[in-house]
Amino acid sequence: MNAHAPIPNPNCEKPVLRERGQHEVFCGLTGIVWLHRKIQDAFFLIVGSRTCAHLMQSAAGVMIFAEPRFATAIIEERDLAGMADMHDELDRVVTQLLARRPDIKMLFLVGSCPSEVIKLDLSRAAERLSQRTLPRTRVLAYSGSGIETTFTQGEDACLAALVPLMPADQDSSLLVVGTLADIIEDQFRSLFQAIGIDRVTFLPPRRAGELPGIGPKTQILLAQPFLGDTLKALEARGATRIDAPFPLGAEGSELWFRAAAKAFGIDHQKVTAAIAAPLERARLALSRHRERLTGKRIFFFPDSQLEIPLARFLSRELGMVPVEVGTPYLHRQVHAADLALLPDTQISEGQDVDRQLARCRAAKPDLTVCGLGLANPLEAEGLATKWSIELVFSPIHGFEQAGDLAELFARPLARAEKLRV
Amino acid sequence: MQLTLWTYEGPPHVGAMRIVTAMRGMHYVLHAPQGDTYADLLFTMIERRSARPPVTYTTFQARDLGGDTAELFKDAARNAYETFAPQAMIVGASCTGELIQDDPAGLARALDLPIPVIPLELPSYQKKENWGAAETFYRIVRSLTKPVTDRQSSSTPSCNILGPCALGFRHRDDLYEIKALLAECGIAVNVVAPEGATPADITRLGDADFNIVLYPEIAQPAAEWLKKNCGQPFTTTIPIGVNATRAFIKEICALAGVTPPADDMNARLPWYSRSVDSTYLTGKRVFIFGDATHALALARVARDEIGYTVCGLGTYTREFAREVRAEASAHGIEALISDDYLAIEAAIAAAQPELVLGTQMERHIAKRLGIPCAVISAPVHVQDFPARRSPVMGFEGANVLFDTLVHPLMMGLEEHLLGLFRDDFEFHDEAAPSHLGAKKAAAPMAQPANEDWSPEAEKELKKIPFFVRGKARRNTESFARERGLFPISVETLYDAKAHFGR
Ligand code: SF4
Ligand code: SF4
Repeated sequence: MNAHAPIPNPNCEKPVLRERGQHEVFCGLTGIVWLHRKIQDAFFLIVGSRTCAHLMQSAAGVMIFAEPRFATAIIEERDLAGMADMHDELDRVVTQLLARRPDIKMLFLVGSCPSEVIKLDLSRAAERLSQRTLPRTRVLAYSGSGIETTFTQGEDACLAALVPLMPADQDSSLLVVGTLADIIEDQFRSLFQAIGIDRVTFLPPRRAGELPGIGPKTQILLAQPFLGDTLKALEARGATRIDAPFPLGAEGSELWFRAAAKAFGIDHQKVTAAIAAPLERARLALSRHRERLTGKRIFFFPDSQLEIPLARFLSRELGMVPVEVGTPYLHRQVHAADLALLPDTQISEGQDVDRQLARCRAAKPDLTVCGLGLANPLEAEGLATKWSIELVFSPIHGFEQAGDLAELFARPLARAEKLRV
Repeated sequence: MQLTLWTYEGPPHVGAMRIVTAMRGMHYVLHAPQGDTYADLLFTMIERRSARPPVTYTTFQARDLGGDTAELFKDAARNAYETFAPQAMIVGASCTGELIQDDPAGLARALDLPIPVIPLELPSYQKKENWGAAETFYRIVRSLTKPVTDRQSSSTPSCNILGPCALGFRHRDDLYEIKALLAECGIAVNVVAPEGATPADITRLGDADFNIVLYPEIAQPAAEWLKKNCGQPFTTTIPIGVNATRAFIKEICALAGVTPPADDMNARLPWYSRSVDSTYLTGKRVFIFGDATHALALARVARDEIGYTVCGLGTYTREFAREVRAEASAHGIEALISDDYLAIEAAIAAAQPELVLGTQMERHIAKRLGIPCAVISAPVHVQDFPARRSPVMGFEGANVLFDTLVHPLMMGLEEHLLGLFRDDFEFHDEAAPSHLGAKKAAAPMAQPANEDWSPEAEKELKKIPFFVRGKARRNTESFARERGLFPISVETLYDAKAHFGR
């Protein structure tokens, strides 16, 4: 395998099918499901409608066991009719909430379609509320509305809202951006240490009070591809991005670590030594799934913006053949390194779900990656599917997870082979 | 604004989806942003339907606002008509669509499609899912059903079954039972709606002699319209439980003018309840919460047919609050009319029931409180759409209810026996009852402040079944507090038991 980071060609203009029709994707509110697990003293208050509350419940159904750290302030008729002042109402709801949850250090007011359409200024509300609730609790605002954000873009909006609060830092450091499971964060931290990068911080942090510092000597390594706005905000504070493919699979992880090491002027051999063992483990784990996956045709419906790096991983490391790679939004700069490695295939951006379903049926792929609304209907038509949401909810990044990631794709095929009904 | 953690009902357009998804040949064009497409998964994942709901979402974005969202709607409606070729269409807006005021009804009319197009006004900021379902069904019936002015009496009596729809609690299996029951009585079924009905079927609802309203939350407004415009009376008895099923048979036979069948067919509940090993069920305290139909019915079944004591009764269906209040006062308690999850959790904790009958939300609450629980009402999770037939209506439904209501307590009893044989070599403190799998059950009851209890009393307390242990502990502690009897001895434990004994 090529041990050198690919040189992305900025002129690489792979043809992209752009579609504008019915989208079948979650809105950005859904990001709360994993963000609230990550930032353990944060609370997410959606200012929205019963639909927003219902979406959260349907997406996070299994978490109902606990009193969750998210809720919805449901806008009612009397608020819209002007019978109640919305800002007063919001103050009342926030007071009620913080009285119940004194442990909350950071409160996000999360905008929704209704709050955006009626132009409820949540940033202003957040500033006003912060004056009352600080120092105990800081109030911030971002929008996860379905008219502005698609699924994972909710995390982008949330992290971008954190950037102005990050303390200035003049020293050199590596900032890894994008929610990762704690266990992966720990693996990455120790690998960076072995490589020789000592100052490594992560955004988002596990606790609201542990925001990493930022400055002109901060170098950013994206762990997730859907963070365009966050990246822009970080760059505006002087940080620079390290170009790399995303750390999915053995090759992806290797190139990701190598890109970071190169940016910090670390010797190639030192990296080779540091990552040798995990790289070998990842290759071994992948080899177990290769036979089942190689030559199999895969079709991606747009969902998380992870589609392009995933297709790159599946085709290069497991021999799968991408038939169509759909992404809700294609950030060319962020995806450049992955695009350069991706074999020729149909890339589509946006969605017209009925047309895309027709293409999918015609292509008869061996495996279709799609959302929960489409999975069973496609299975009923005889197409094996993989729920894309699992790719966002499970730990898939890095060397140690490469095998698990491959297994997520192998399992539906193995099951289809096994069943005799 | 209302602070909400978990909701019992979705928005009203989800109710409309439950109607169209149940029907055939019908399509719904919904003016809504992309995130609202999450609702598809309720049907394809939770209910495991094998087809996508027949819903087209316009999925307008911020950049469309103020521009051409109306044009977007028209395109979506036209495309939906061409792609899906429905017999009829309903059009409307979700909460966000409502705010941008594009008037889907007028836009659809302007398209001049050659099929009936039924506009829906579902006020998202006032109403909820069940209301939306009922309103949608009513609008469909009102638009499509031919009124009947001179009703002829037919030779074979027939009826419509109204109410079964998508995402309903056991609707599929109830329908099977009710159809069998009608066959037994010699009453023909004209149309079942919305489940399985086409718009063409809806036009001939008026052919039946009367209507059966299985789920008033869904079908009451439509049945009232049919009564007025087609002269069809409708049933008011909900056949849940043996007594209600008997009353239901009497009611439909009277409406059909036929003689009721002589026996209870396959009703096993009465004998199971009378058999001696059910004695221990007597007076067990049960807390019931759900939609109005199921909460009301279960309160009667629990008291009259199982012998439980209803210590809490409530519903999130405000539309039927009056009926639930009346039933609660018949049990000597006050009804809980609320959809505030935290308030319901607090009420359950305060009532200290031995069994909770509720929705998936109460299942989680009960689990947290360590109380046995059974699910008897929507909203439910994927496991409450079982593969086997599992009705709650009719005599077989009553049999199922006997099992449903008794089984969790038997499991509790198993735990109790395990406790009694604690020192036996095969049983030990770490062994979990078999129904809880390999993991030991969490013990959510508050742990004692050890100084308050003597070791002997503490040991004695552990012999009390876990589902009443918390109550025994609290009662004993308050008894001891009033009298200053600390540390609590075995003697005090039994004095308290005698004091509070029912
Ligand atoms: S998606 Fe399925 S498993 Fe997950 S919470 Fe919903 S019903 Fe339960
Ligand atoms: S798409 Fe908009 S209205 Fe729908 S759930 Fe998301 S934020 Fe709420």
